[in-house]
Amino acid sequence: MNNCINPNLPSGDVEGGWQKTIKNLTNIPSESKNKFQIIIVGCGLSGSSAAATLAEEGFKIKLITYHDSPRRAHSVSAQGGINAARSPEEERNKVVIDQLFKDTVIGGDFRAREASCQRLSEISSSIINQCVSQGVPFAREYDGTLATRRFGGAVVSRTFYARGQTGQQLLYGAYQALLRQVKLGNIELITKRDVLDLVIVNNVARGVITRNLVNGNLETHKANCVVLATGGYSNVYYLSTNSLKSNATAIWRAHKRGANFANPSFTQIHPTCIPPAGSYQSKLTLMSESLRNDGRIWLPKKINSQDDPENIPEHERDYFLERQYPKYGNLVPRDVASRRAKEICEKGFGIGFGGKGVYLDLKDSINKNGLKVIKAKYGNLLEMYERIVGEDPTKVPMKIYPAPHYTMGGLWVDYNLMSNIGGLFVLGEANYSVHGANRLGANALLQCLCDGYFISPKTITSWLANNKEIDNKKVDEACKEALNSVDKKIKVLLKIKGDKPVDYFHRTLGEIMISKCGISRNRKDLEFALEEVEKLNKNFKSNLKIPETNSGLNVELEKALRLEDFIELSKLMIKDAIEREESCGAHFREEYQTEEGEAKRNDDFFSHIAVWEFNSDNNSHIRYSEELNFKKIGLNTRNYK
Amino acid sequence: MKDFISIKFKVWRQDSYESRGSYEEFILERVSVNISLLEALDQLNEKLIIQNIRPITFDHDCREGICGSCGFLINGQPHGPKKATTTCQLYMRNFKDNALIILEPWRAQSFPIIQDLSVDRNALDKLIIAGGYFPTETGKAPDANLIPISPEKAFSSFETATCIGCGACVAGCKNASSSLFVAAKLAHLGQLPQGINGKKDRSRKMRKQMNIEGFGQCSNNLECEAVCPKEISADWISWMNKI
Repeated sequence: MNNCINPNLPSGDVEGGWQKTIKNLTNIPSESKNKFQIIIVGCGLSGSSAAATLAEEGFKIKLITYHDSPRRAHSVSAQGGINAARSPEEERNKVVIDQLFKDTVIGGDFRAREASCQRLSEISSSIINQCVSQGVPFAREYDGTLATRRFGGAVVSRTFYARGQTGQQLLYGAYQALLRQVKLGNIELITKRDVLDLVIVNNVARGVITRNLVNGNLETHKANCVVLATGGYSNVYYLSTNSLKSNATAIWRAHKRGANFANPSFTQIHPTCIPPAGSYQSKLTLMSESLRNDGRIWLPKKINSQDDPENIPEHERDYFLERQYPKYGNLVPRDVASRRAKEICEKGFGIGFGGKGVYLDLKDSINKNGLKVIKAKYGNLLEMYERIVGEDPTKVPMKIYPAPHYTMGGLWVDYNLMSNIGGLFVLGEANYSVHGANRLGANALLQCLCDGYFISPKTITSWLANNKEIDNKKVDEACKEALNSVDKKIKVLLKIKGDKPVDYFHRTLGEIMISKCGISRNRKDLEFALEEVEKLNKNFKSNLKIPETNSGLNVELEKALRLEDFIELSKLMIKDAIEREESCGAHFREEYQTEEGEAKRNDDFFSHIAVWEFNSDNNSHIRYSEELNFKKIGLNTRNYK
Repeated sequence: MKDFISIKFKVWRQDSYESRGSYEEFILERVSVNISLLEALDQLNEKLIIQNIRPITFDHDCREGICGSCGFLINGQPHGPKKATTTCQLYMRNFKDNALIILEPWRAQSFPIIQDLSVDRNALDKLIIAGGYFPTETGKAPDANLIPISPEKAFSSFETATCIGCGACVAGCKNASSSLFVAAKLAHLGQLPQGINGKKDRSRKMRKQMNIEGFGQCSNNLECEAVCPKEISADWISWMNKI
């Protein structure tokens, strides 16, 4: 097993490690590349960019997605921006690269590999060139150069943006590059398919099993290698900022076929989202964090207050973040802001539906800067808030609450973005790589595009060059076995014929996970949650109802298949949270905190990536660890007081 | 205003492209005014599932107005009565107690029905495939600041690039024309200095594909602009016609 957790890091200095690695990678002559078939699952930023780039190089690509069009992938929702270390003066390049590297490692609370963070920072500048040449209309300064803004957790301005729709614009850039390759015949676009299993032969990925979402047919797709770019799993919590169909099925099926899962409990909660307004709430909408620059966060001092906020006088308001953190005030990091809001609401001071909300008040800033300035700064955000909540946030304080937003955990990959299964590459949010225990703002889009445009095309080529032989007979057998196992799984679900719809179980799972394995955790609650999820699992398997249909189109079955995997993944998340007896980044264990209530890392025992292996013989998990070494940057503790 | 209302839904139901469809009526009680129309449909669907009735099929995903998945006719209007709002961002507080809400799929020859309110909008991707991009390849890009772009130009390009490909412009047009969709893409690319050279070629290819996919000619009614959730101006169609 130990050789499976070899991260294949470059030897020597962290700086320049990637360039050294590239030199040792094997290439394939251009004219032979079309002999290789690559399957890419997922069409978000990392999947689309990898597909376009590999197709440009001459490989044959099948891009598989459950969307009707690659333009709909969840990357489209990213608002803020993309970090890049760029400086007009060449001699300052090293300085800005070091800064982004440092912020990424420290932001992740020293739980990511230095070498990968360094590479992310080194590549970042070429991403911006790439996107501009595709026609991404980034914001510009008056002199016509690219504009940047500051983002949470950073002291420098290095975030490139296209208003509040950066993810959309970057995705359309990759989407257009992708469709150009469809036109050239290098990519086959296979839409409206769920990937329900992987085909693995001699520990090498050779294909996938899909279900056609329109006619219900099961299909096999064979390939020389498989790339999973399927995003994160925040929908474990039911209510999250993710799109409703975002799911963990492909990575979870890969895990059950032998791919190791890294740090599943590392999930990021975003402090400024619109809270739930009723029991049929289906998702939570993110409000850009930048609002905390102008909004003061407060709650009534009176417990269970039902008063309208306008009628609560100044002396009866508790500006709890300003009170507890006089220096950073409302701008404390995401996890600190989320935790404080949760604690105070649980004590009964929360406002709105179910007492899960705090006020974010723009009044003082409007009085100081004028309504015009605030509207110019946040115009479309304020309109969006008003559409959803039905209140004008310039007149009535906004209601906000933390919501699950991003999962740092994912399939374990080495420095080449390959899992412990040969030829199974994992990109973007689906892998565990640079974000450690907490992702830095505006680094998600950056990681996706680094993985897709610049890293994976090189490492995939090299792997293919060295792994040309395919045992076709064994692949066919494995396809048949995988297809049968999916078919069986579906029949089992359809046979249950209980009396409760899928969403009932998903909501229950979400409630367990958010209260016990969300913003803060402790052993007792986690152990209880494990029992609760187990009970829910039994209930799901005996009381699920999927209505009968005349055609293969069956949305409830799609949802049930996804939920079945979410339930299993939840259990691993809880186990991982129990085993990590420290607080780090977004993983806050109440037993391990400083006197000031800050996260307390335990570097002696937990300076490692937890790597979970699935043992199919007895349906259990084994925890291994990959030690992390910090050569360039010294381990230290953050302090926002 | 009441916190909960009752709604009468009249919904187009059709099993598949080949089968015949018809309207079905459902009454839904205790709908919170603070949930979205799609969440009200979720609530209705849960009721149907328990009664072993096939739930209503509709497209959706992000539910925050940016992925472009959702969209159907709400009382005859694409995305419903609220300006600059996608279906998923339409909240029940916009409807009165006991209101009748008629839901029908986009009606256009180029968008065949899949089931109920869900249609196949693959034709829009085909328009982009025909030529809606620059011919740049990964790793060959020059420095991003090499060609300065004024903030006004960049912003104007951005505004047309915000099209989410929902298809409302087609559904709103009596000729089911995709002129606004194509004009928006041509304007996004053609306003940028990188895109000046290929402007004519892109326009020719995409407009030819419009005919192949069966989209009609521009009706000059400007309904496309009125229903566009991203408020893209129909002036760009005139701009396109001058290329």
